[in-house]
Amino acid sequence: MRKQSAVVSIALWTLLSLVTLAPIYWLFVVSAKSRVDLFGSPSFLLKSFFPDNYVNTLTDPSFQKYMLNSIIIATSNAVLVTLLGFLATYALSRFKLVGKENVFFWTITNRMAPPAVFLLPLFLIYTQVVAIGDWRLYDTRIGLILLYCVFNLPFAVWTLRSIIDAIPIELDEAATIDGASTFQLLTRVIFPLARPGLAVTMILTWIFAWNEYLLAATLTSVQARTITTLLAEYVSVTGTNWGQLAATAMLTIVPALVILGVVQRHIVAGLTFGAVKG
Amino acid sequence: MRSSTTGWLLLAPTLVILALFGVVPFIYVLVISFSQWNSFAADPVLHFNGLDNFRALVFDTDFLKSIRSTLLFGLFAVVSEIILGYFLAQLFTRDFPGKGFFRTIHTLPLVIAPIAVGAIWRLLLTPGLGPIPTYLRIWFGIDLNISRFSDQAFAAVVLMDIWHWTPLVTLTLLAALSSLPKDPFEQAQIDGANRFQVFWYVTLPMLKPAILATVFIRLMDALRTFDEIFMLTSGGPGDATRFVGLYIYRVVFPKKDYGYGAAMSVIVLYLTIVMCWLLYSALVARRDLRRPE
Repeated sequence: MRKQSAVVSIALWTLLSLVTLAPIYWLFVVSAKSRVDLFGSPSFLLKSFFPDNYVNTLTDPSFQKYMLNSIIIATSNAVLVTLLGFLATYALSRFKLVGKENVFFWTITNRMAPPAVFLLPLFLIYTQVVAIGDWRLYDTRIGLILLYCVFNLPFAVWTLRSIIDAIPIELDEAATIDGASTFQLLTRVIFPLARPGLAVTMILTWIFAWNEYLLAATLTSVQARTITTLLAEYVSVTGTNWGQLAATAMLTIVPALVILGVVQRHIVAGLTFGAVKG
Repeated sequence: MRSSTTGWLLLAPTLVILALFGVVPFIYVLVISFSQWNSFAADPVLHFNGLDNFRALVFDTDFLKSIRSTLLFGLFAVVSEIILGYFLAQLFTRDFPGKGFFRTIHTLPLVIAPIAVGAIWRLLLTPGLGPIPTYLRIWFGIDLNISRFSDQAFAAVVLMDIWHWTPLVTLTLLAALSSLPKDPFEQAQIDGANRFQVFWYVTLPMLKPAILATVFIRLMDALRTFDEIFMLTSGGPGDATRFVGLYIYRVVFPKKDYGYGAAMSVIVLYLTIVMCWLLYSALVARRDLRRPE
């Protein structure tokens, strides 16, 4: 009886996994076919691997530039957010601050707001308001790195809260009695204990920054464009280069998929602001 | 006791960044929304004009239509995801070999960039290129073309959202299901309750807070969806999938009518906050009711 239900479970899940994987597999199929083979009768079978789409993409100077921008922006943002989030969460967890629970709740409202609403003011601020000589925030990597903090910092604060709260306060007290400064306490006592949580936070914020499209598309034009904006650029009225679009999309999603293996257990807690433990 | 000054100093960088990039744009958009500012006009400077923008917006049928379709999209997508996600979570509570492996596969869509999700579905649904229209035509004689038929485009967008986000609902509800106490279920079985009765009188009431929390998170995300839809349909055909985000981006931006666009942004933000607050208070109310147990 039990054996039978296991077989049913496996059968059902195999079917569901096919539903999940088929679209991603199709993306790979398109990326590995030549333009001629694509049209006609669509086939999920891949007779041979056609490398040109990948070769063309990888040798495209704008792909290289956008990829580099994405790596720099996502990594800087993740490091910055994890560091600032760590400090902020420690303050919220250990200090008696007036209205700190309100501050804690307020941070998350920054993440709830629809980004489209802020496009207009941000565009104006980036192109006109912040002006130092000829320099504008518009089309700069630092502009995006700082802006992505608006959705990633609240996330970091909310996920790190339970992790830092779980570190016994007696450790702080013991270290303080031994004469440790706040800096020493943070780096020698709290940081080593919070490290796994910090790593997960950094990885998830990296994925969020890497995946962002709308703000990058609106607030950059040439120099600071990211890899996600390249995907939209391939679709045009005159005719889309499907193979190359697919190859670029593959290269865009592969880093996140690889990293998923490491943080798979934490992704649910992450995406629900720690409300649910995965 | 360490001084609270140190605490505020540790918090300061976070608060400053959130204020500069979160609060300042908010105040700025509020100010612009009460003024006339069109950079294509003869007089492209900011004039205070009171509520004129808001008055015009109430009669902007395109805008109202976009709000309606956004809400419909959120409703269809989230309801389907909750129902589907619940059944999948139930399936996952049973132990079977390879559970971890299937779980990982199920999680994959969650980390794919939304814009890439849009690209994937475009490759699947474009007539002549994608397998879905071709096989629908060969096997069922159905003509699928999401760039021509509004209903199909809307359905496709909902379907894409379901593919992308049902895993999150599944995993959230699975976590909630596995943390439920066993006793009520055993008791119900002893009392001879059938499966539906167990679900309706035991599982559902205990699961309600988790379901509400999931609805809250999913609905907020669904209403702000942009990238996938931009990539798949670009808001078309016509205005079938032109949800508020796309409306602001495609209609308001190119016109450079800043005052009007700002007013629209403020209304959308206001509606979001109201909905957020309503859902949140529903959530808190449930929690309070549970507490006396």
